[in-house]
Amino acid sequence: MWQWLHPYAKPEATFHLVQKLLPWFLIPGLILSAVALIWGLAIAPPDYQQGESYRIIFVHVPAAMWSMGFYVAMAIAGLLALVWQIRTAELALLAIAPVGAVLTFISLFTGALWGQPMWGTWWVWDARLTAQLILLFLYMGVMALYIAFEDERAGAKAASILALVGVINIPIIHYSVYWWNTLHQQSTVTRAITRLEAPSIAPEMLYPLLVSIVAMMLVSAVLVMKRLNNEILRREIHRPWALTYLGIPVVQRNEE
Amino acid sequence: MSKPTQSTRKPVASGQIFRQIIRRDLRVAMRQRSDLLNPLIFLLIVITLFPLGVGPGPDILGRIAAGVIWVSALLSAMLGLERIFRDDFRDGALEQLMLLPVAVEFSVLAKIIVHWLLTAVPVLIITPLLALLLNLPIQAWGVLWLTLLIGTPILSAAGAIGVALTVSLNKGGALLSLLLLPLLVPLLIFATAAVEATLAGVSPAGPLALIGAFSVLSVTLAPFAVKAGLRVSVN
Repeated sequence: MWQWLHPYAKPEATFHLVQKLLPWFLIPGLILSAVALIWGLAIAPPDYQQGESYRIIFVHVPAAMWSMGFYVAMAIAGLLALVWQIRTAELALLAIAPVGAVLTFISLFTGALWGQPMWGTWWVWDARLTAQLILLFLYMGVMALYIAFEDERAGAKAASILALVGVINIPIIHYSVYWWNTLHQQSTVTRAITRLEAPSIAPEMLYPLLVSIVAMMLVSAVLVMKRLNNEILRREIHRPWALTYLGIPVVQRNEE
Repeated sequence: MSKPTQSTRKPVASGQIFRQIIRRDLRVAMRQRSDLLNPLIFLLIVITLFPLGVGPGPDILGRIAAGVIWVSALLSAMLGLERIFRDDFRDGALEQLMLLPVAVEFSVLAKIIVHWLLTAVPVLIITPLLALLLNLPIQAWGVLWLTLLIGTPILSAAGAIGVALTVSLNKGGALLSLLLLPLLVPLLIFATAAVEATLAGVSPAGPLALIGAFSVLSVTLAPFAVKAGLRVSVN
């Protein structure tokens, strides 16, 4: 069942696979990003309640969605690294972590920018905001743990374990935060927010949103793939295949 | 007395080793009592700081008491957490422990239990004092104590994972809190919710049951993660 995975335990094979897949992500990613931004920012009609400022949704929602998705991807890479001892999976985990953290940060930052004109405040202790903040801390923990180790492989293994513990915990954290939010008496701002999300979105806004979600996924995946390949090259720089790829002539060392 | 030295040795029983580890760790801890006392004093001092910071009004203190006690308990737990594996790691006992012919998960569970006995039980003993200092209404004392009783095993279990991952690093402390505190958010939420429900006159059974479930989940699953973490650290 895992037969197809084994060749990619070899960094060289992964490198060439990623190199081959890269244009298939990069070109649609760029085109769809352009489409989503032009459609979302210029063509889609303004919201009857929020006016033009709702347009930040085309960055905010995709970032928030994929911040969670990339954490799961990171945990899957961690599982592969721990169970099958696949070294490239460790590298994939390290490639995903900062990208996921930045997505989380973007969703928080655009949320604050959006919240200021809409709710009149940069930050409320809303369930979604709080859960997202904790997700950012989880990402930071994974990265900090990796950095703290001097031995890169030990650091990657420790980070994998932490990512797995985190992914078991994420649903619990998520539901507990939602529950905490409904339990406490909500501020009027929070209540206003929950009322706002009730009406469903108009199709003229929904389609550019869907495009922007796919575009954000593709662009983030490109970043992860580039990071992964750079890391593979960095670690394998002394190997002949890496040298030939980089166009550096391989010097045959003669013992005599 | 001449004893036959070889081939009469029975295979070791895991239950026996389990008890031995508990006895040994308790004895070692009793020889370094200040290590046990310091987190407790820290807890008391943090609790003392709150009235100084937010004002001594009994109504406001009563309202935030459960949250303050739980947050302080979390912080003081972070302080003493490293003791689970640190000394054993330094003198090599941890390596021996992993070489024992019993499942490592068993030994880890024993260490988690000892840690709970040494850190949580003293907190449980002084909880009424803390509740008194912060003017928590008396009808909520029992529930607060219950949340600490069933919630603190989560601290020891999750803490053991964190320490297993960081024990080989020299800069454990702050990193440990960064790793663990986000994971402990649900515990804090459920615990304070249980106390607040009691104060509001509602049954706290729901949050208590959730803490119980979380507690059982972490105590049963943590030893496996701890074993994986120790494998990384001990090498």
